[in-house]
Amino acid sequence: MKKEAPAKKVICTIPRLHDGWMLAFAPWCPGCHIGIINRLLCEVMEELGIQDRAIGVMGLGCSAAITPSIDTDRVWTPHGRELVVASAVKRCVPESVVYSTVGDGALLAIGSGHFLNTTARGEKITVIFVNNGGYSRTGGQVAPTTLAGMKSTTTPYGRDPQVTGFPLHAAEIAAMMKGVAYSVRGTVHTAANYQRAKRAIRTAFQKQLDKIGFSLVEILSACPINWQLNPVDCLDFIDKWMIPEFPLGEFKNVDSIDYSFDPELTKLGMVIRERPAG
Amino acid sequence: MAKTETVLISGMEAIGWGAIHADCQAYFGYPITPQSEIPEFMSREMPKLGRIFLQTECELAASGMVYGAALTGVRAMTSTSGPGFSLMQEFISFMTSFECPAVMVNVVRGGPGTGGITAAQTDYHQATKGGGHGGYRCIVLAPASVQECFDLTQLAFHLADKYRIVTIVLTEAAVGQSLEPVELRTLDFGPLPEKDWAVRGRFQREGKKQTMPLSKIWISYVGFHQEQIEKYQRIKDSEIRYRTYQVEDARLLLVAYGYVARMAQEAVSMARAQGLKVGLLRPITLWPFPSEAIKEAASRIGKVLVVEDSSGLMVEDVESAVQGQVPVYLLGCWGRNVSTAGGIIYAERILEEVKSLS
Repeated sequence: MKKEAPAKKVICTIPRLHDGWMLAFAPWCPGCHIGIINRLLCEVMEELGIQDRAIGVMGLGCSAAITPSIDTDRVWTPHGRELVVASAVKRCVPESVVYSTVGDGALLAIGSGHFLNTTARGEKITVIFVNNGGYSRTGGQVAPTTLAGMKSTTTPYGRDPQVTGFPLHAAEIAAMMKGVAYSVRGTVHTAANYQRAKRAIRTAFQKQLDKIGFSLVEILSACPINWQLNPVDCLDFIDKWMIPEFPLGEFKNVDSIDYSFDPELTKLGMVIRERPAG
Repeated sequence: MAKTETVLISGMEAIGWGAIHADCQAYFGYPITPQSEIPEFMSREMPKLGRIFLQTECELAASGMVYGAALTGVRAMTSTSGPGFSLMQEFISFMTSFECPAVMVNVVRGGPGTGGITAAQTDYHQATKGGGHGGYRCIVLAPASVQECFDLTQLAFHLADKYRIVTIVLTEAAVGQSLEPVELRTLDFGPLPEKDWAVRGRFQREGKKQTMPLSKIWISYVGFHQEQIEKYQRIKDSEIRYRTYQVEDARLLLVAYGYVARMAQEAVSMARAQGLKVGLLRPITLWPFPSEAIKEAASRIGKVLVVEDSSGLMVEDVESAVQGQVPVYLLGCWGRNVSTAGGIIYAERILEEVKSLS
């Protein structure tokens, strides 16, 4: 006689770093992956023991709402200026661990200039970039990461690359920059990828703790509401459409960055007009 | 920096020295004529003191970094000119909502648009009426000499910290690029509240949570605005600054600030030499505006001439102060010696206007 396996007891836990009070500001939809990413960040920071040194920099939007749900020090910025403020905070408190969670618009549209310059300067901060292919909190408008052909509320006939251009690839752009220590793209839509994403976040923080350079973790995330798909179909969507456009993998992982320059060059360039004071 | 020394420097170097004497720990800026001398000066002096200098990718980033640095509790500043100041408004508004103290310097150039690159006073409204969105005020200090550039920059840091407000030093190329002897000394304006709101990581607060995770505006919208109104009233009560020159027996009151006030003072001396009784009131704080002082002097003297190098901006505040009781005349940018962007209003032209009104 076949014995029925005893029902497994599933224990739901909340990471210690999760800020329950602030959850009121971060209502994510069912099937959204941002809650998973939030959990990963909490777990990694707890494991690294950096809660007391961490300062989160948050903007506006679904992805930005991760930071207020993590119980560390945090500062608020306008939409798209996260990397600017994070750079200044890190420079003023070098012993802190500065992290920011940003979305498609903040990193690649309104903040794209800051993204390029922050990576080029090699600011020692960690950025978690949630790529869900659209502006979610404002209701599903086209973003720099929206797939060509995909409908959004501001591309109702589908995104025509001849009009609105092609998707931007943050992880690849960051990997080109000399100041970047770590650039990776992952997902959390399967168990294996979930583990990889966690390792990636841990490595990204480690690069900052080792004072090497800028670290970026791009994570593809589902947006059931704006994709108009149920949560399970979202997983297929990521496999079928997102990953071919945004390939997964490590694009850069270095243990040191060469900051040296030829001293010959310091003799060239503009003459300093110094007037003696006193 | 305790010792006092007198040096011959420009207004913009004086602003830099003022910031250094006020213990400004971080400067962020972006080049724009006519204020590039300030980032050049700071790039030279700040690293010597182990302080932060960074030229950012744009003015918006500069003001953003000032916000980030100021939130960690250090004194931070930026400087720019007209078009760059427009870009900085986003963060000035944001800093206001978080009551984050910072110092911004605007070396005004003629506008609107790219305009000219020489002295002008066209950014008066943008500085004094809250240039960004949301309806707020910043303290605005207008130096009229190189020594004042140095002193008022130090005062700006003090007032910013005292009231947790953005303080703007509003000057222009004429004062900024003049060379004058300046006495360098650190000014003491008294004690300041502790920055217990500073965000530096919990390890620096013995594990205690930060006090300012949110803007007060999100907790109580009306409460935030009421607090701001009360704060503005406190500032109006105690921080109004102005200078008067020969107003006691005057029959005509000149009102001017910045470099134009220097010209107006010269015009007063020239008029007095010709027997014309003219006085000058020079606002140093453009916000809070010395309305009461102007009202009192104007009602006694009976006639006001506002001189400003713009289309007529401060004149609105003067008209509002005198409440229609006395006539208010204006000599604006049409009083320049030449009609190009390179012109300025000379004392002789002000004297002409004084004579026509006497």
